[in-house]
Order: sequence, then structure tokens, then C-alpha cells
Amino acid sequence: MKLRITHQTVYRYDHPIRNIVQSLRLTPSLFEGQKTHDWQIDVADGIKGPSFRDGAGDWIEGWTVRGPADQVVITVTGRVETRDTAGVLRGYREQINPLAYLRSTPATKPDAALRELAQHVTGERDQLDLSHQLSALVTDKIAYTPGVTEAATTAADALKLGQGVCQDHAQVLIAVARLRDLPARYVSGYLHSTEDGEPHDAAHAWAEIHVDGLGWIGFDAANRCCPDERYVRLGSGLDASDAAPIRGIAAGQSAEEMDVAVRVEEIEKFQAQSQSQT
Amino acid sequence: MDYYNEMYSGDKVREPYARLSEWVETMPADFRQMKQAEAEELFRRIGITFAVYGEGGDPDRLIPFDMMPRVFDQTEWRKLERGIKQRARALNAFLRDVYGRGEIIRAGRIPARLVYQNEAYEKAVVGVVPPRGVYSHIIGIDLVRTGKDEFFVLEDNCRTPSGVSYMLENREIMMRMFPQLFRQNRIEPVDQYPELLRRTLESVAPPKCKDRPTCVILTPGHFNSAYYEHSFLANLMGVELVEGQDLFVDGEFVYMRTTQGPKRVDVIYRRIDDPFLDPLCFRTDSMLGVPGLMDVYRSGGVSICSAPGAGVADDKAIYTFVPEMIRFYLGEKPILNNVQTWTLWKDDDYKHVMANLPDLVVKEVHGSGGYGMLVGPKSTKEEIETFRKKVEANPSNYIAQPTLALSTTPTFVEEGIAPRHVDLRPYCLCGDRIELVPGGLTRVALKEGSLVVNSSQGGGVKDTWVLSE
Repeated sequence: MKLRITHQTVYRYDHPIRNIVQSLRLTPSLFEGQKTHDWQIDVADGIKGPSFRDGAGDWIEGWTVRGPADQVVITVTGRVETRDTAGVLRGYREQINPLAYLRSTPATKPDAALRELAQHVTGERDQLDLSHQLSALVTDKIAYTPGVTEAATTAADALKLGQGVCQDHAQVLIAVARLRDLPARYVSGYLHSTEDGEPHDAAHAWAEIHVDGLGWIGFDAANRCCPDERYVRLGSGLDASDAAPIRGIAAGQSAEEMDVAVRVEEIEKFQAQSQSQT
Repeated sequence: MDYYNEMYSGDKVREPYARLSEWVETMPADFRQMKQAEAEELFRRIGITFAVYGEGGDPDRLIPFDMMPRVFDQTEWRKLERGIKQRARALNAFLRDVYGRGEIIRAGRIPARLVYQNEAYEKAVVGVVPPRGVYSHIIGIDLVRTGKDEFFVLEDNCRTPSGVSYMLENREIMMRMFPQLFRQNRIEPVDQYPELLRRTLESVAPPKCKDRPTCVILTPGHFNSAYYEHSFLANLMGVELVEGQDLFVDGEFVYMRTTQGPKRVDVIYRRIDDPFLDPLCFRTDSMLGVPGLMDVYRSGGVSICSAPGAGVADDKAIYTFVPEMIRFYLGEKPILNNVQTWTLWKDDDYKHVMANLPDLVVKEVHGSGGYGMLVGPKSTKEEIETFRKKVEANPSNYIAQPTLALSTTPTFVEEGIAPRHVDLRPYCLCGDRIELVPGGLTRVALKEGSLVVNSSQGGGVKDTWVLSE
């Protein structure tokens, strides 16, 4: 698929503040399933700081807004060509040993209910089959319900509620996969549309589980599928906070409001840069 | 148990202590008491009252200072020095490896899970090669002695070992109170430590630094038990002591707020723990660190000493593999030995330890400060049985070691002078060179018969001498 992405995030503060520093993981990953064309990140009135590819293969950009500013506007635009790799992160370069993703974090810490859920899948299974079963189990246990959970909701809380959004599905799946000794991580990205063709106007997230011999494989428990050509992968982490596309902080904290607008459109073909400008 | 007395062999005084023995033997009791009071007064005036090694306890309590120095001769020290430097090289090679290709794991010499699932392992550092490949720039190695030529390493401290201010102050006070001792004995100096530390820090300036590097010490603040040491070292090195709020990231670099405006910082000797360094990378709720610091670090804009994630090399479980590291990376035979260690999460080790509790020392894997440990031979039957229940409840939380016959050195006590058990922590500096000042911090268990030297358990400190030839 050829996708055009526009993603704008606006942070508003109740009074002007200085020295806002952000770490952005907003550039599509490089692997067989994705090819990026003219990707651009812009932070209004911002100074671009360090940029580098980290050990997890993510492209990181640091930005500073000196301020005083009462809002920060981060705009990402670009085009991505995607290909279905059946969820397998093939041809991806990274240096972190998968075993580093067996560790739990406060957001993915297992409780009794998560432990019990992890043991729901029984019998002799290979890692791939086990991963599929666990993912399906999480889809069944958590009803997709926007508005009941928040960014700080933990996997244990989400399971107790039995409701949540993609972040919750991903974190619950990560928690149970780790309990079965499968390295698992949180992935942030975009989704073109859900299977019923409805537009999806927020950033998306799913889980990746490491399977011996195949490597990392994506599982989107929120949509009961593996990522395909409708998915655009940005980066990963141990949980939602660790994988966040935007991590930022302002000196002299002030109440913060956030607006996000994401558009992921399919386009016929990529026009050459010179033509699109005429 | 027989203990090696570092001063006496039977009735004979060992050579390094020859002159000191005259001094001690001819010292009138009232003079000793007067000097002891004077020393205490000096320490109190200097304000050095922090607990060593983050032991907790009353932060304003003075750690007892014993005026009787501990002495090594050149031969003894040279061997220690070679052993410590060897260990420091291996530990840094290990860090370089586990944040790179992990050859020692591929070779099957260290279990992968011990490293990658270790809480101190920082995946954010993977692929980052700090200047000169050094991750741990100040390594404190805790040693005990059991015989003339027998030294054992108890543990390595690769993060931010504290206590070096005691090494410097103990010497300073001894020189002030007993100048004649320093004329009679040829004692190697230690006061070059701050200068060497500064040189070490400057030698690991980041690639983007083109001028003479600006170094700072980053402290969590004056509530920290080692704050005295942070400000003491900053003073002696002639660098700024800063807190997180004094630093900020702008563009590609880290700056310090000064009265003359922002000044770029190249090397940060941090005395705050990894999780608090940068809320954009680690704990989001940390107020102690510098937002954006890790991105600057990872892109070569600033050096952090020690590197985040250096702690994976000094874990009590990794400790057992240090001799293996020395053989693997350096192709050398370890000069200093490890203490035999049983890890209670292994069945065989568990069985052995539980059958021999009264003879062993059992420690918590993540414990420190002499709390939560059992010294079998010094414990009552009830104490042993209570401890046994704790171990049974959570075996993987414990390691065990044989009870070592820690050497003694003469120490001033109520009744005069008597042997007390000691350990030693030298501080090894790693930058463009590996350096070690001749000396270290000697801790002494002041309670008769006690083998626990931690200040929270009645330990004191001594000046440590290395005699030149």
C-alpha cells in the first residue's frame, strides 16, 4: 500500500513555559515491510537536537523549544510504502538481545489474574502457536471500549476492567507472553483502517513477540490479527511509556492539554517531488 | 579460627610496622586519649559525617576514626595493584561486550539471562560505545586478606562507589596530628587522587567536545547521605557541583546555568542512580535528573561517568563470573581471587548451604551495609534457625560464602591496643589510562571478634599506608 501520513500533536499549557525538551520516536522503521519517502518532522519554533538510530533500531530525534511558549506543535508528514510480511519484522536491524524484553515494568507487572490468564493456553505448543493463542485470548478478555482506560492504566488494571483500547490489549498481551517466557514488547505506529473499512484517527499500538527462528512478530490483539500492509511501525519499548512516540517534559511544569490528529490515507501512487510542487 | 595479624607474627613485629610499633608502645595513655578527642573534633569540624556505601542510619553520626594506621609494603601493594587493574580492565571489557555483540555469552561462558534479564542492564545503552570504550570510570573493589599473600575480592562496585573522601580525610588528619610519623616512615601520597580523577574524567570527553572539557559532579542534593563527598570532591577537583535543575538540554548539548549565562558541559560525574538520570528515558517521575540527557549522551554530545547500565557488571550473581571474564577477555590468570560463592537458586548449592549454615556467611543478593546477613559461626542456634526460614521462603534472594578469616590490624580500644578485623576498598580510575592511588579506605570492625566492618554495624575507618622502598 502507498500511504500518506499526517500526524499533528499539540500540547497546550496554562501558562507560557521555557525549555521544553522532547525525545521523538516518530520515524517509520526500516524493514522489508516498509519504505519511507520524504519523511518530515517539524516542531514549531523548535531546535533540532541529537538524532540517531538506537540499539532497538528506532530513529530518535531530540527537540528543544526554548520558549516561553504556551503550546508546542509537532507535525509529522510523509509517505510510506508498505508490504504485508505476515506480521514478521523481517530485514530489520537492531542490536538488543530479545531476552532484554522478558523484564516486566510497573505497567506490565503481573498480578494473580494475569498469571492465571497466561496459563489459560495449555498443551504442547510451539512458540508461534502459543503467541497466536495468547493474542486471541487477550482479544476475548478485553472488549474494545474507548474512554474507560487512560495512558497510566496498567495491564493488571485493564484486565480487571475487561475493557480498553489498543494500548491495553498490547500491554496485557506483553504481560502474559513474558509470563510464558516469550520476549515481548510494545510497538507504536499507525494504522490505515480497521478491517471494516472505518477510518482510524488516532495513533495505533500493538505487541511484538519474539519467536525463535522467525524473530519478532507483531500481534494486534485489539484487531485480532497480525500487522499487515495497513500498519506503519514507528518504534518499540518495554511498555507504552517506554515506546511512546513522544516523550517530553517542560521545566516549570504546568497543566498540559493534548490534541492529536492522525490521518493515514491511501494514495494512488507517489508522484515525483518536482511534480507535486508544480 | 586463626587470623592473620598484619602487624605481628607471634611476638615479632612485621617489617612494615617496625617504626609504628615503637610509636604505639611508647605512647602514654593520656596522650592517646587527648589525640583521639582531637581527631574527633577535627572530623566534626570538617563535617564529614556521612554513612559509607549508602548504608543508611543516622546521617549526622560520625564514623569512628582509628588513629592506628594500616600498612602495606611495596611488594604487597604491587600485587594488589596489578590484581585490581586487571579486574578493572576485565569489567570494562565485559561492559563493552554485553552492550555490543555479547561474545562472552555466545561463547557460553556466562548465562545470557543473567546479563540480559538483569535489572541493571540498560537496553538504552546497547550499541553506544562511550569514549575510549570505558563504561565504569571509578571502580571500588572491596578486598579482604586472609594470609600473608592471600587476598580475596568480596565485591566490585562499578556504579558510583563512595568513601574516597574518607581515604583523603583520614590521611589529612593523620598528617596534621602526627607529622613526625610521616617523617619517620616513607609513605606514598594519596592526595593526588582528585587531580587524577579530574584527568580521568577529562580523558573521556565526548567526540563532539573540541576544547578543554568542562566536567561537573551531578549530585541528588544535600539530602543524600554522600553529599559531603560530592561537594568535597568538586572542591578539590575545581569543578562545579550541580543538581539536575542546574543543567538543561538545548539542541545537541547539555548546558549548566551560570551567572555568566549557559556553559556547555562535556563530562558528568554523576552520583545519582540510573533510574533518575533522565525522565525522558528512564523513570518519568524523576525530578533529580536532566530531561533529554540520554539522547545527548547516546549521540556523543556528553559523557556520563559511570555509564548508565554499568551496574550489570557488579551484581552479586555476575561477580562469580569475573575470573572467567579475566580469562576470556584478557587471556590472563586472575591475580586476585574471588571468594567461593554458592548461589541459592541452584539446587546443589542450596542443599550444600542449608546443610552447612552454621559455618557460612549468607547475604541477600541485593543487600548492602551488613544488614540482612547471617555470619554462621558468630550466630546463636536461634538466629540461624530464624534465618533458615527466611532463606527457605525465597532462596533466589540469597548467596552464601565460606566465613573468611579476615586479617586483623592493631586498633586503639578502651583497654589500649587490640587486634580488630579489617577490609580494604581501593579506588581504581579508568580513562585513557588505568590508575590507582597507593592506598584506599580501610574499614575496621571495632567490636571485639566482629567480622562485619560496615559502619552501620559498629565499623570504623583507618588511614591506609603504602610504604615506598
